[in-house]
Amino acid sequence: MGQSEAGTVVTAQGWEYSPAPERTRPKIDSEYGLFIGGEFRAPQTGRVFDTINPATGERLARIAEAGQDDVDAAMAAARAAGPKWARLKGRERGKYLFRLARRIQECSRELAVLETMDGGKPIRESRDVDLPLVAQHFFYHAGWADKLHWAFGGRNVKPRGVCGQIIPWNFPLLMAAWKLAPALACGNTVVLKPAETTSLTALHLAKLMQEIDLPPGVVNIVTGAGETGRMVASHPAVKKVAFTGSTDVGRKIMEELAPREIPLTLELGGKSANIVFADAPIEQAIEGVVDGIWFNQGHVCCAGSRLLVEESILESFVARLRDRMAQLRVGDPLDKNTDVGAINSGEQLRRIQSLVTAGQEEGAILHDVQSAPLPDKGFWFPPCFFTGVQPAHIVAREEIFGPVLAVMSFRTPEEAIRRANMTPYGLAAGIWTDKGSKIFEIASRMEAGIVWCNTYNQYDAASPFGGVKESGFGREGGLHGLRAYVQ
Amino acid sequence: MLARRAASFTRRSIKADSKRSGLRLAVSMLDLTTLEGADSPELARALAQRAIHPCPVRLDQPVPSVAAVCVYPRLVPVVREALAGSGVKTASVATSFPSGQAPLDARLAETDAAIAAGADEIDMVISRGAFLSGRFDEVAAEVRAVKEVCGDTHLKIILETGELATPDNIRRCADLVIEAVSAGRELADGEVFVKTSTGKISPAATMPSVLLLLEAVRDHFLATGVRIGVKPAGGIRQSKAALHMLVMVRETLGQAWLDPKLFRIGASSLLDDLVRQLLWTSRGHYAAMHDVAVT
Repeated sequence: MGQSEAGTVVTAQGWEYSPAPERTRPKIDSEYGLFIGGEFRAPQTGRVFDTINPATGERLARIAEAGQDDVDAAMAAARAAGPKWARLKGRERGKYLFRLARRIQECSRELAVLETMDGGKPIRESRDVDLPLVAQHFFYHAGWADKLHWAFGGRNVKPRGVCGQIIPWNFPLLMAAWKLAPALACGNTVVLKPAETTSLTALHLAKLMQEIDLPPGVVNIVTGAGETGRMVASHPAVKKVAFTGSTDVGRKIMEELAPREIPLTLELGGKSANIVFADAPIEQAIEGVVDGIWFNQGHVCCAGSRLLVEESILESFVARLRDRMAQLRVGDPLDKNTDVGAINSGEQLRRIQSLVTAGQEEGAILHDVQSAPLPDKGFWFPPCFFTGVQPAHIVAREEIFGPVLAVMSFRTPEEAIRRANMTPYGLAAGIWTDKGSKIFEIASRMEAGIVWCNTYNQYDAASPFGGVKESGFGREGGLHGLRAYVQ
Repeated sequence: MLARRAASFTRRSIKADSKRSGLRLAVSMLDLTTLEGADSPELARALAQRAIHPCPVRLDQPVPSVAAVCVYPRLVPVVREALAGSGVKTASVATSFPSGQAPLDARLAETDAAIAAGADEIDMVISRGAFLSGRFDEVAAEVRAVKEVCGDTHLKIILETGELATPDNIRRCADLVIEAVSAGRELADGEVFVKTSTGKISPAATMPSVLLLLEAVRDHFLATGVRIGVKPAGGIRQSKAALHMLVMVRETLGQAWLDPKLFRIGASSLLDDLVRQLLWTSRGHYAAMHDVAVT
């Protein structure tokens, strides 16, 4: 390529982006203990499990598996630390949280890389979305710590005590922040159980807590699988349970806690609809739909996994969506130009594959324009969408939790509302129209905890997040989120 | 969402080979421009020389010539002579640039004179006042009239996006002029460009405003199969900004538009930085300004 002449194309084969790998490499220990009473301890079970990089299948570290004795020890540490932490003046607790937030910012690149290596999400997202929001959540709640009196109408509020918190693998550090920050700001102590495939960033967060001298026992982290989570949720010492994850597990926790008077926050699954009217800002709607379903490989509880498009623009909208999908770069999550990374685990990949196969068998048409070959190792699924979907189809009803979109159409606003609400879930909805009156009408009739208008996937520490129906109850973030952690 | 999408292109990491070829691509797409009252024939000749040989230092891979030199009509003969045989085009602004505030007859006569003097390409301005007051037919008519005068001479239509102010206006205006210039005509690919700005108004070629033009051009292509060109101009001074533009073109219109026949960048000082960056990629240190800017 390259002639010193005018009017000639410089790049003969087109202009491609060179690999742009993130070079920061955080130090990863070979083995991680349980974080109990301010220090890392070997598990009394003596058992460990591997945490792998889903983009390569390689083991990153061994993680301790906590058993009943370990959970008991964590609970005891949390209970012991409770009274002093609760007595501490709000502004002093706030200082700890501010310190932690600043430390997170200082270490944000390392944490982002770690998040990407352990979970498979693109570095662009962990760096530009997850980590800034993590820091924001601690900053925001640090600000509340000495203002709780004003937050609740002049009443003097008390912390609840020991909180059992169980978080998912899709936003490991961010979910830890959502859970920890309000609990600590209100004076509670915590036993946190990260998801088994993504424990690393929570454990590194524990190291930062050591560095800022957070009093021992205020936060305890027990790692393990579902059984460990069950032990945390059902522990007699726990005074408050918060869970984010699947509706099935949420239901089990609720059954378990039914006989006890334990306040519960559940943030569960979703099958959220993006509704695009013919009078929508089309380019923006395309971006919203793309962000809604292909952000974080579709591993988002509020993913806009159903798309309802007004019939008159369906064909052109789908054509544009297809073109836009073809621009997504799938591959090495550590490459700064990657848009869609690896599927979090083999188990999740198999679930996505089986649901997509079911969708094809039911007669929906799969559109998948990923031209570049996917890596041989690791867990990968290309971004795709289905057309010709009927509301009764499995891909229109089941939460896939992958980069798979179900496209349907509607003729009238009434039909759009009916179809959008025709799901057991009720987490989020997106409405796309340039007509203001239509926005208000449709938004008020959505059965969803969050309704985004002409945008999607907007998060803020000050804004409450949560669902209705089988998507759970209770809110996280904002003033509403604080309520769950005081009495 | 428009601003967010536009900003997303600036997050691409362009390194190594993609940076080297991107910089060279940007050079080949340049409309090297000088539009000052004090422009002299001597300056125009120097500019033309630079347009042909942008890099005074020999590199292993020669730096391509720029696409065109853009001047006022008076300097067209000088530039045309200086560029003779090089392949670099002579572009002239016309139609009462930059304001367009003259009677249509005078604007058409100026266009005619610029072509007679040897311009290969005409950069016209539209009547923003007419557009903003809703006299869309008037804008369409003047665009058609100028295209009539141009004949086969390539035409770039400047919207002056900074004066149109809103995204809706910019998109509507782009659709309007593309529609007007295409009506009843079989356009060749790249025969007509839409261009953001005169460079005399700020803001000029912002990422969102250029994205709106790219989207209008893409939709016209999907509907008709005709490729309209796009030219951001004004405010693009750094190589990085030029590379962001290329990323946006690549991901909105595709590789086909990464060609000087379909995408140009109007700038006066950008070439200095492009050449310095190119020298940096081959030498590993920055060149002094006197090494690169020889006008």
